[in-house]
Amino acid sequence: MAYQMNFAPVMALAPQLVEGALNTLILSGQAIVAGLAIGIVGAVSRTEGPRWLDRAVGVYVELFRNTPLLVQLFLIFFGLPYIGIRLSANMAAIIAIALNLGAYSTEILRAGLQAIPRTQVEAGLALGLSRLQVVRYVVIIPALRIIYPALTGQLTLTLLGSSIASAISATELTAAGARIESTTFRSLETFLCIAVIYITMTFAFRFVYWLVGLWLFRRKAPPKPSLIADVTEVSRAGA
Amino acid sequence: MIRSFGWESVEFLIRGAGWTLLLSLMTFVVGGFFALIFALLRTLGPKPVRLAIAGFIQLVQATPLLIVVFLAFYGLSFMGLHFPPMVAAGVSLAVYTTAFLADIWRGCIEAIPKQQWEAADALALTRIQQLRYVILPQAFKISLGPTVGFMVQIVKNTSVVALIGFVELTRAGQLLNNMTFQPFHVFLTVAAIYFAICYPLSFLSERLKGNRHVRPAH
Repeated sequence: MAYQMNFAPVMALAPQLVEGALNTLILSGQAIVAGLAIGIVGAVSRTEGPRWLDRAVGVYVELFRNTPLLVQLFLIFFGLPYIGIRLSANMAAIIAIALNLGAYSTEILRAGLQAIPRTQVEAGLALGLSRLQVVRYVVIIPALRIIYPALTGQLTLTLLGSSIASAISATELTAAGARIESTTFRSLETFLCIAVIYITMTFAFRFVYWLVGLWLFRRKAPPKPSLIADVTEVSRAGA
Repeated sequence: MIRSFGWESVEFLIRGAGWTLLLSLMTFVVGGFFALIFALLRTLGPKPVRLAIAGFIQLVQATPLLIVVFLAFYGLSFMGLHFPPMVAAGVSLAVYTTAFLADIWRGCIEAIPKQQWEAADALALTRIQQLRYVILPQAFKISLGPTVGFMVQIVKNTSVVALIGFVELTRAGQLLNNMTFQPFHVFLTVAAIYFAICYPLSFLSERLKGNRHVRPAH
């Protein structure tokens, strides 16, 4: 006996799906801004700060990277009220996701910063660039270019990971799905629709990251050192 | 009945952790098996197969794990059979792991320089022999660090199946919280147990990644 798919009851509640998707974007957007801020502070502390600060940030990173997001969420939402800090479900979700992303992005950004040799900064200064120009053109943009795939991948994982927030009934897409499922009893159809929405959002964001990458790294790579290499390149292109 | 959080509770959580470990191991074995096949077909298979696998990987990687778990949970039960959460949990985690590990291992196979294939070919090895004796041993060495690193993700990912009622470590924590009403103690202990499982793996992964450059490349 084959199961008859029926999407009509789910589609009737389409506005709730749209609202859920928007809420997911808002929730993960807030968490991403906060998480990247933590990551920047963390990465700079680890590379430029004193040893004790590097150690402290290292402990934070290891603690958050080696425990599940769901448990972090439960600890913040259910555990913190026990010591007197009461948060709304959405706030708890944003904090948990931000702290989680903060730990991962600290390490990613640190890898980027460490990939730029100090001599390159000195070379920039020797060329008469101002400190700000050196930070922008010699450190940030080249470092970002190196870590861009890892960083955007982590942002995608954060967007998708926000579905975990449904476990504490934060307002987002998966929670909206759970509500639709409980009114329509069309579980499979509901979660197929939800999956399609997440997939669409992910691909849309990948496209945006690609465009932003094109713009950020629009300056061409330095020209090849030898003329002969250029000639062979041209002849190969012509062949 | 309200109990207080004591040694008994920790024992209860450790039993839950046993299920987490078992589920992680199952996921790694089953997911790893398919991932290896997918990684090989993705790099060496005929074009339609390569595209199909690439599509599968892209779709799964763009879906939240929780939704994969729900789809398996409801999808399986709508096929007319009633599966226990254990099956849905295993299937969804294995599918998710396959998509990620296949991608990681494909990268490792593609990291082997083309000249290695050519050299093996020049030695009159067959395609299978080239893989078996030349490419895979080198790719295996490269893959060790990222693979152990992904095991950490697998262990953490198993926590999601708590939400369909499979009693592993996180679900055990939820149940215990309902009995003791001491969420701070309970979830801190749960987190500590996860950390005790994951941190050694993370540490090993970093070591394996670091050593790669130390070993002579040949």
